Amino acid sequence: MTSIETTQKLKAKFGDLISEPVEFRGEITVKVADAEQIVAVCEFAKKQLGYDYLVDVSSLDNYGDDPRWTIVYHLRSLASGCELRFKTDVSEEKSELPSVIGIWRTVNWHEREIYDMMGIRFRGHPDLRRILMWEGYPYFPLRKDFPLAGKPSDIPGVAFSKPAPLEGGPFVTVAGANSATTREPRVRNPEK
Amino acid sequence: MPIQSEIGYDSKIEGDVVVTTVDAALNWFRSNSVWPMPMGLACCAIELMAVGASRFDISRFGSEVMRFSPRQADCMIVAGTVTYKMAGAVRRIWDQMPEPKWCIAMGACASTGGMYRSYAVLQGVDNIIPVDIYVSGCPPRPEAVLDALMKLQKKISKQPVLQNLTALNFQKKVAA
Repeated sequence: MTSIETTQKLKAKFGDLISEPVEFRGEITVKVADAEQIVAVCEFAKKQLGYDYLVDVSSLDNYGDDPRWTIVYHLRSLASGCELRFKTDVSEEKSELPSVIGIWRTVNWHEREIYDMMGIRFRGHPDLRRILMWEGYPYFPLRKDFPLAGKPSDIPGVAFSKPAPLEGGPFVTVAGANSATTREPRVRNPEK
Repeated sequence: MPIQSEIGYDSKIEGDVVVTTVDAALNWFRSNSVWPMPMGLACCAIELMAVGASRFDISRFGSEVMRFSPRQADCMIVAGTVTYKMAGAVRRIWDQMPEPKWCIAMGACASTGGMYRSYAVLQGVDNIIPVDIYVSGCPPRPEAVLDALMKLQKKISKQPVLQNLTALNFQKKVAA
């Protein structure tokens, strides 16, 4: 069974909930229209289609667009070697979707990281604490509207943070430029 | 011609007696038995291991006793990136070290935050603990760490121990 065939089975089962598969460099992505249905889709993918290994879960910040968040699930079948990617959108007002921890237990830390960095909550997660930043840190630093240098925060006696001096930075390279002089990291402020 | 020793001690004249000041003797003990607390947080810790191993051999300077308990250490070598989340632990371990204590900030990250100009990284461990010696490099060569240790030994050997104590006692008497 190839990845494309599994998407056809998904479409046969869930209909309009599953988008047409998009292929890019040999990798198949389908969009799940309703984030609330992600548990049912994932359960079918694992039990019926053999996607027994959840490789990664990550999140995107489409800053300025609606819906703002995209959650990405990377699936792999260890038996057949097929890979599949689910994407599902969540609006900023809601910032919440069901956890798939009942299907793959490995998702525990992935979902905690997404909560820590983006502030998207996973309903049904048994231990939704921060994982990289400390408990009580008031911001979600991977959001696009959070400055690279950071913001000041303070919990007396526990932790504090100050904005890092960027000296006019951030320093950014230009990928694929012809000469080493152009490629070199220089101060390039993002356009506002 | 007999070889003259640097400190001007001649066993033919003085015999078995060496005369010195208590400060000089104490500082001599202290500076030649600095027990480091390896605060290994990133890649600098790998170079720190090389400093301890046979090729560079930190035991030549009396510091081979790497203590993994802060209670038994004199000198914290902060080797690596101090994140804000780790900063509390570093400070706590520093507080657990008994006086007198010294600190070497090893490498760019521990000294200034290094290349991590970011929301997650403390911009220099001197924000939370007093640093005696900064070592440049990313990571520094083991020789640089040995050089820092020798500089620290020089610093220790100039510290007035008894003078400070007597001054402290005098202050206490005045206060009482």
